[in-house]
Amino acid sequence: MDQNYILPFIKSTRNIFETMFQMSVEVSDPVVRKGDSPSHDVSGIIGMSGDTEGSVVLSFPMETARRIVTVFTGQEVGENLEDLSDAVGELVNMIAGGAKAQFAGQKVSISCPSVVIGSSHSVYGRKDAVCVTIPCACDCGEFNVEVSTRPAAKGVGTQGAPASRAA
Amino acid sequence: MKILLVDDSKTMRNIQKSILTQMGHTEVQEACDGLDALSKVGSFTPDLMLVDWNMPNMDGLTFVKQYRGKGHKTPIIMVTTEAEKTRVIDAIKAGVNNYVVKPFTPDVLSQRIEETMAKFSAAA
Repeated sequence: MDQNYILPFIKSTRNIFETMFQMSVEVSDPVVRKGDSPSHDVSGIIGMSGDTEGSVVLSFPMETARRIVTVFTGQEVGENLEDLSDAVGELVNMIAGGAKAQFAGQKVSISCPSVVIGSSHSVYGRKDAVCVTIPCACDCGEFNVEVSTRPAAKGVGTQGAPASRAA
Repeated sequence: MKILLVDDSKTMRNIQKSILTQMGHTEVQEACDGLDALSKVGSFTPDLMLVDWNMPNMDGLTFVKQYRGKGHKTPIIMVTTEAEKTRVIDAIKAGVNNYVVKPFTPDVLSQRIEETMAKFSAAA
C-alpha cells in the first residue's frame, strides 16, 4: 500500500492523543496483516467511500480501552459498556476524519462508526485491499490502527464497511 | 444563554457540556442527530447551537440547511472531524457561522463560542 495512505492515519492518531489527552503516541513500523493476526477486545470501525474506499479499525485490549476512555471522558468506565463504545466510536471517527483531510485533492466520505466488543475478535476488511496494521503505544497501553483502503475503481462507488467475527 | 448541542456521540456532548459549564453556561440541551435537533429547536429556542456533521438519520449539514430554510438566525458552530476546505465552504454556504475541527482543546472551543456570539451581537 502507498505510504501516502498510511502516514495520514499516524499523524491523525498522534494529533488526537496529544490534543485531547495530552499524551504522546509511539508508533512502530506498520506491517501488512496476513490472515488471522492477533486481535483485540474492543474495535471501533469506520468505512470510507469516495475517491478512497475501505475501512479503518481502531483496536484495543479491554484494559487499554478502559484507561483511554477514562482519560477521554474524565470518568471511570463502569460495567455498562455503552459509554465505552460511544467513546471508542468517537475516537475512530476523529482518526478517520483527520486522516482523510490529508488526502490531497480527494473527496472522501466516512460512515458513522460501529464498535465491536468481545474477547479476541477479528475484523476483516475488503478482500481486494491490503490491510496494514499500525502498532501504537501510549501511557494507557498498546493499541492498533488497522487501515484497509485503496483508490476507488472508476465508476464503482462502494461502501467499505467490513465484517467482524468473534473468536 | 441557551445552547443546543447536536452530536450523536454522548461522549462528545459531555465534553462540550463540561467546557460550557466552565464558561458559565448551564442552560444546555442535547440532541443526538439533525432530526432530534429539529424537533427541539421549536420549544427550546436556543441562542447558540454546536452541531456535528456526521450523524445518523439527519446529518449536520442537512439540519443547518433545513433550519436556515425556515428563516432562523440563531448562530451555529459546526464542530466536526470534517476538516477539508471544501467541507468548510459547504458549511459556511449552508449558513454555519463558525467552525471547529475535532479534536479541539477547551480553549479553542471557548474562543470560537465567544467570537461567534460577539460577531452575532455586533451584527444585531
